[in-house]
Amino acid sequence: MERASSLLDSLRAERGEIARFAITLAIVIGVIAYVQSQGGIVWEPMALSLRIALLSMVLTLVVGTALTVLLMWKRLPARDLLDAITSVPLVLPPTVLGYYLIVSLGTESAVGRAWQSVFGGQLIFTFKGAVIAASMGSLPLVVRSVRIGLESVDASYTNAARTLGAGPLRVFFTIVLPLAAPGVIAGGMLGFARALGDYGATMFFASSRIDGVPTASIAVMDFFYGNHEAQARQMSFVMTVVGVGMLYLANRLTRRMHPNRA
Amino acid sequence: MLSRSSEFALDVELTCPHGITCIMGPSGSGKSTILAVLAGLQAPDKGRVALGNQVWLDRASGIDVPVHKRRLSYVFQGLALFPHMNALHNVEYGMQHVPRMERAAKAKALLDRVGVGHLARRRPRTFSGGEAQRVALARALARSPELVLLDEPFSALDRELRAQLVALVRDLSKDLAVPIVHVTHSIAEARQLADQIVRVDKGRVVARGKADEVLAGVTTLEE
Repeated sequence: MERASSLLDSLRAERGEIARFAITLAIVIGVIAYVQSQGGIVWEPMALSLRIALLSMVLTLVVGTALTVLLMWKRLPARDLLDAITSVPLVLPPTVLGYYLIVSLGTESAVGRAWQSVFGGQLIFTFKGAVIAASMGSLPLVVRSVRIGLESVDASYTNAARTLGAGPLRVFFTIVLPLAAPGVIAGGMLGFARALGDYGATMFFASSRIDGVPTASIAVMDFFYGNHEAQARQMSFVMTVVGVGMLYLANRLTRRMHPNRA
Repeated sequence: MLSRSSEFALDVELTCPHGITCIMGPSGSGKSTILAVLAGLQAPDKGRVALGNQVWLDRASGIDVPVHKRRLSYVFQGLALFPHMNALHNVEYGMQHVPRMERAAKAKALLDRVGVGHLARRRPRTFSGGEAQRVALARALARSPELVLLDEPFSALDRELRAQLVALVRDLSKDLAVPIVHVTHSIAEARQLADQIVRVDKGRVVARGKADEVLAGVTTLEE
């Protein structure tokens, strides 16, 4: 009851932001509906990409938040080096990421073999593999955004919580994470947008077809070279609108944490 | 305790009996650092902190009780009320030792006790300066502390509000019967509150005693 009323308080306080979120979502859905009414887009690739991006967002948020906390730990050995390794997917060619994925998670790798013996299948050339491949590119964006969020939490709040008897985990989950929420949510959105558009690593590790269906970004090329330019255009347009919407909301959230930033 | 900052080494020995000990001194003299060391938020190079028979810190024997296990309350200069929780939840936060079912009623009673029961459902950003101070005091009491630390909590308030809150702290200290360490710049506040005054300068205790003795003839503190 208490928690429910507190949640209601939060929602009321954030109604402006929630309205903005809803309007953006409505515009994105409106545009997709309009494109659909103008001759239709091919839904399977889009649906596949949305599923991959959604799962990748969940995966990168969990892994990324844990990784960020680790990277913010001042006594971590070789912290700057680990930080650089976490960020390197931003600058590496996607093919190199795909290559590393095959080497580390493929059928010949230790992880691949362990996965096979536990779950009885493989990761490479599967939907799960596509989620992992898409997550590789998203992870650095998520880590950066979550980090801005966590660093924006004033130490006086965590100190106050500690003097009120809260241990490290309780401080993290009840004070740090809720106060860093704009950064974490922005990270999720950036990660989603990045995963939605992944091409190279997915192609390399999960192949051009997952259960016979290409992802949206692969489909754009297939349509274009298959002389279906209208469909390539529609798919590109829908992905652009989703991307702009996500980045717009993520920027809004990031600016909330630094109200003085232009 | 001995704690090193960039300008000087903090080297003080303090005994705080039940009642209010006011720590006074110029800005940067180490007042807040003393509180941070007592709370465990800052670790001195050498030193010992004990409350009655409980040793919280003893560098020599390697004892350092973590902050959350020291039964104390700390009202910070900026108050640090949690912005994402209403007043009631702020107060309940320190009530882990109270059965869950009883927390809300006890927190409400504490807010009533300091005169802000009507704010229970409101968030800190809607509070006036005086209201925020009262909620922070209620939250400090919620922990049933064995030591209370107040770091210039009234510095941002006007004279009238300050007088009201000083009277409130005086009342609360009688109910609590635990040591209260209050850092302040205000001589008037110290005269009204202190059972004991400790003056520090450049990290050392320069005077200690009853208000009348320590503040005799003092009208301003070099700040």
